[in-house]
Amino acid sequence: MVTPENLKYSKSHEWVEFLPDGAARVGISDYAQHELGDIVFVNLPAEGDSVTAGGRLADVESVKAVSDIFSPVAGTVRAVNPDLENAPEAINQKPYEAWICEIEGLGETEELLDAAAYQAFCEEAG
Amino acid sequence: MELKTPLYDLHVAAGGRMVPFAGYLLPVQYGTGVIQEHMAVRQKMGLFDVSHMGEVRFEGPDALKNLNHLMTNDFTGMGIGQVRYSPMLNDEGGILDDLIVYRLGEQKYMAVVNAANRAKDVQWMKAHRFGDCAVADVSDDIAQLALQGPGAKALIQSLTPADQIPQKYYWFTERANVGGIGCLLSRTGYTGEFGYELYVKSGDAPKLWTMLLEKGKDAGLIPCGLGARDTLRLEAAMPLYGHEMDETVSPLETGLSWAVKAEAHAFIGREAMLAKGAPRTRVGLKATGKGILREHQPVYKDGLPVGMTTSGTMLPFVGAPCAMALMASGSVQPGDAVEVDVRGRMVGAEVVPLPFYSKAK
Repeated sequence: MVTPENLKYSKSHEWVEFLPDGAARVGISDYAQHELGDIVFVNLPAEGDSVTAGGRLADVESVKAVSDIFSPVAGTVRAVNPDLENAPEAINQKPYEAWICEIEGLGETEELLDAAAYQAFCEEAG
Repeated sequence: MELKTPLYDLHVAAGGRMVPFAGYLLPVQYGTGVIQEHMAVRQKMGLFDVSHMGEVRFEGPDALKNLNHLMTNDFTGMGIGQVRYSPMLNDEGGILDDLIVYRLGEQKYMAVVNAANRAKDVQWMKAHRFGDCAVADVSDDIAQLALQGPGAKALIQSLTPADQIPQKYYWFTERANVGGIGCLLSRTGYTGEFGYELYVKSGDAPKLWTMLLEKGKDAGLIPCGLGARDTLRLEAAMPLYGHEMDETVSPLETGLSWAVKAEAHAFIGREAMLAKGAPRTRVGLKATGKGILREHQPVYKDGLPVGMTTSGTMLPFVGAPCAMALMASGSVQPGDAVEVDVRGRMVGAEVVPLPFYSKAK
């Protein structure tokens, strides 16, 4: 299981990268993509949507099921990843490059773990 | 508490992700994933553990009469070595289960039923038994494997004497020697590909599984789970109990008229079925908008509700989200545009003929 050091993680398996301009980039972790299996569709939010910390941000569909993605931060969606429309499987292949959206105007954040704490959290979950 | 098939330990050792299904623990996929497992069956071959299925023996001078009374299809004239598919109806003409019947001998038959309906089916079959016919649930003694895909032909040929290999679809050999292991070998399957189903004594299942995987490895044989089993049958437009049919659905409504021989003999539910007719029809839908069609989603035409999806997913080989749906008869025809309510969002779809996929002849 890969867990980049420079990112923060939520307990619902999203990763967050806080960008130099104050916005946040969000995706799902290696643990999450492995649990989901082959991803065949991503239901992205729209630019301009507001999201709350812990609220539903997007959903990701594997062959068998639909899974909700929760926003680790409150704010407004400023961009969604256009590559996910035609290549949703990029999330399985490169979960930390295949970002889902960028959020600006950050408010509250959820409880976030650093890489080591997240790794331990996943190991406990089994 | 779920039951394990004889192959449970082998699945776990091979990286199978075990899930509860119809009272059993079975692999939904292995490390390969659903899509790769699906494609392996379309292009090479895959091996499935289907030991959860139920087997019910009918034996005696009145076995044929009992089967004809219970089932919509006509088993008169079915030869020894032949297999026939049939729905089984309740008194209201709704489907209790769909199953296949093997004729093993002059007065000996075996019905293979869905795992989820096994207890219900056996109780029903015994309750309606008449005359000189024994009905016995032999499921626990029998394990079943499915070897499916174009590569299955050569693999079985390399392992089995030629005169023991069934030559036609829906025929079987009761005692075949496959790689030194005795089994019932039938040309049947639930994937839309060439393939076989192999029935063995439960105790022989692990060695049959292991032997087939080893002998088939070089030609690309991999174990496949329930996830791929579902995407394959859906792509081939094969109905699944609990989805395209249930106790409220008539076989005439769900594309199974070919397995109903109402003029041949009386069977349970016949009058009710004929009286109901076919107010619904099973159709295929292919998404034209963005989204994955799933089961239990309402379908609209020109803003009016016309039906409900019964199964749906992203079909791996076809490469598009598709669904089967039960629609008001006459409401749509292939080429029509409809909308499907996908969790609150309307997704456009086109009515398409079934099946979504058929193998190259």
